[in-house]
Amino acid sequence: MEKKEYLNLVKKISPKANIKKTFLCSFFIGGLICAFGEALRQFFLYFRFEEEDAGAMVSFVLIIITAILTGFGIFRKIANIAGAGTFVPITGFANAVVSPALEFKTEGFILGVAAKMFVIAGPVIVYGIFASIVYGAIFYFVKLIGG
Amino acid sequence: MELIFALLKAFLVGGFICFVGQFLLDKTPLIPAKILVIYVVMGVFLGAIGIYKPILKFAGAGASVPLTGFGYLLCKGVKKAVEQEGFIGIFKGGFSICAVGVSAAIFCGLLVALIFQSRGR
Repeated sequence: MEKKEYLNLVKKISPKANIKKTFLCSFFIGGLICAFGEALRQFFLYFRFEEEDAGAMVSFVLIIITAILTGFGIFRKIANIAGAGTFVPITGFANAVVSPALEFKTEGFILGVAAKMFVIAGPVIVYGIFASIVYGAIFYFVKLIGG
Repeated sequence: MELIFALLKAFLVGGFICFVGQFLLDKTPLIPAKILVIYVVMGVFLGAIGIYKPILKFAGAGASVPLTGFGYLLCKGVKKAVEQEGFIGIFKGGFSICAVGVSAAIFCGLLVALIFQSRGR
């Protein structure tokens, strides 16, 4: 069979509807999480939080909710449906910390819980902070030269 | 009415950012951990060249809740720290602005591990 024929066959057989459904779910659930975040943000702004603090409070609340849902095993069920809809928002970061912490409890609190906590979140922080340092350095020297 | 409009904007922009993540997940060999790293670094980059701020202004939490928003936050923090404190700000700004999120995640992770039983694999 030619490669092209084979690819056509694969295209025909693979479950198209499912892929469409995951796209739709990730959009919808991801959107809902963000809309909920916006509702929280408006709530905190209404109570006279500074813009920056309101944002931090939104993250804080979403992280706590995610942690509880992860503890009860509910988050995994939502994530199975939503895919990127749950792991792209800050909920995904929180789950990436909490889930392995709980999972590796059996290996103790030092090398299990604490070490495995950053198995996914670690890289995010490492490259995020590194990128911020690079930007900070460029900004600093541009400012220095520019006056 | 204004509130509903704000929620709708957050929903659409946030949903779209997640949709792009799902696209990367399904259509490329990238795994979730790599997508998260790419998102954060993209956030820093888009913040640095000034594209992310208007998106954030338009969509509010729709842009700040996804991990690109975390990247933007790092970028904003480091800029502010350099402006205020000079050289030392380069190494200070990122961590100090994301302190709440990271500390909350650590705190919750440890607490959940203490309270709940792991469900096996």
